[in-house]
Amino acid sequence: MPLSVHLFIKADTLFVRLSGELDHHTSFQLRERINSLMDKYEIRNMIFNFKNLSFMDSSGIGVILGRYNQVKRNKGILIVCELNSMIEKIIKVSGLYKILVITKDEEQASNYLGVA
Amino acid sequence: MKQKRDNYAEIIFDAISENEAFARIIVAGFIMPLDPTIDQLNELKTIVSEAVTNCIIHGYENRGGKIKLTLESYHNEVTITVVDYGKGIEDLNRAKELFYTSKPEEERSGMGLTIMEIFSDEFHIHSKMGEGTIIKIKKNLDYTKEKYA
Repeated sequence: MPLSVHLFIKADTLFVRLSGELDHHTSFQLRERINSLMDKYEIRNMIFNFKNLSFMDSSGIGVILGRYNQVKRNKGILIVCELNSMIEKIIKVSGLYKILVITKDEEQASNYLGVA
Repeated sequence: MKQKRDNYAEIIFDAISENEAFARIIVAGFIMPLDPTIDQLNELKTIVSEAVTNCIIHGYENRGGKIKLTLESYHNEVTITVVDYGKGIEDLNRAKELFYTSKPEEERSGMGLTIMEIFSDEFHIHSKMGEGTIIKIKKNLDYTKEKYA
């Protein structure tokens, strides 16, 4: 199953909705699409929504870490939400749990950032 | 319950990133008759995905080659072997360190080997410079022996 990426911006926050599978192969497309928006718009925060993501491995962790570093440079916040048990396990193993903000859904994430 | 029959499969495919998803589908199909839990299924898919990705990026350094995937089931135990004939790993102990990556510029997380080790019951890696790398993992699919509750 390929990866489908839906992006939109609200205020200074980029919303990233993913469905399908995030691996090494599909990570390039995600990275490029996010980076091209980062070049064009003032983006401070990011909210990743994994609701329809059925698979993610350590390549996905690499992409999220890379975006976390970008966001951090602008003193922004990266939030991930809608984790299923498998993605939660990978995120725990990777230690991303300690540096990312994790919320239940996009609404909670928006409230956290005050962009609701 | 009917005794599950032992099974064996091997497949050789190109070391291109499109085949990461392909390898996951093969593994999922192979273990289906063993009635895995969703967690076991996802863990095995993740292990294979990590192993094949390593062959492509590190073994062959994105220049292509062949990957051999071997699947075996014996009672409730699955053995998966992933072989590449690429450059090999220079320092295996270093490669196994959590978050170590030889390619930080490519945003690699350095977690591939650690994830394979955590998600399997047995994990072996053999590598020889200039000859390639063999990764072999075993996982028992008897849910009563699940590592994670």
